Amino acid sequence: MTDKDLQVQEKKEVQTPSESTRNVPLFIPAVDIYEKENALVLLADMPGVPMENVEIDLNKDQLTIRGMVAAEETEGTVLLREYAVGDYYRQFTLSNVIDQSKIEASMKDGVLKLVLPKSEAAKPRKITVQAA
Amino acid sequence: MAIVRYPRLYDYSNPFQELERMRREMDRVFTGLMGEGGHRMSSGVYPAVNIYEGGESFFVEAELPGIRSEDLDIAVEGNTLTLRGQRKGDEEESVSYHRRERMPGTFHKAVTLPSDVDSEKVTAQSRNGVLRLVLPKAAHAKPRKITVKTE
Repeated sequence: MTDKDLQVQEKKEVQTPSESTRNVPLFIPAVDIYEKENALVLLADMPGVPMENVEIDLNKDQLTIRGMVAAEETEGTVLLREYAVGDYYRQFTLSNVIDQSKIEASMKDGVLKLVLPKSEAAKPRKITVQAA
Repeated sequence: MAIVRYPRLYDYSNPFQELERMRREMDRVFTGLMGEGGHRMSSGVYPAVNIYEGGESFFVEAELPGIRSEDLDIAVEGNTLTLRGQRKGDEEESVSYHRRERMPGTFHKAVTLPSDVDSEKVTAQSRNGVLRLVLPKAAHAKPRKITVKTE
């Protein structure tokens, strides 16, 4: 699995009903979402976005991630442009009930990691069978 | 027969060659029309890079989210830059995935620059998943200023 060659994924632009005030393209970050016993983990590729520029908003079960790219001007003339630089935006509707007060966010090498703990009511319950 | 300076464009022995040439021409026209400023043409090899040329150096940028600097191997030889590396998957086992768009894997990309670079002075830094390389041009490739003497 790890030996597979990586493919270039063309960045997809968001089609939002409202326009952004920043004059940069808005992309959909690639994400992984996986479920553990007591939490939901979300990983999002947002290269160029520093931690302080990430906004995470959870409104009921609507999760919004927004990352603003840190503008870094490179001098010189463009010889080749294979990717465009822009902000990131993506929304999810979470099916599980999340404990909003315990959401943890961290960022490393341009990857945002969100740990969304399930609330007590949504955790799987182990049922032990008692011998009568 | 007169001496032809340029080779014939049309080879009658292989009619498909002309079709192939036309296809390439069309590809070039369309990438020029749709790309930003005509510079947008992807080599299709991971990672996508942006290359800039300054007076003294070349600047290469690549987005490498989730790739640790120790898993990245950068080499420069003459005018060729090679980027090699691996994106490791999350080590967590026994989880169930809802979405999986970020793929682990390896990559190996070679980039040819317009002139030789001084491989001793190449610097690389990685911040927030974006790799930035500064490749100073080799002494013989630097632009030379010629001053005009007035008599």
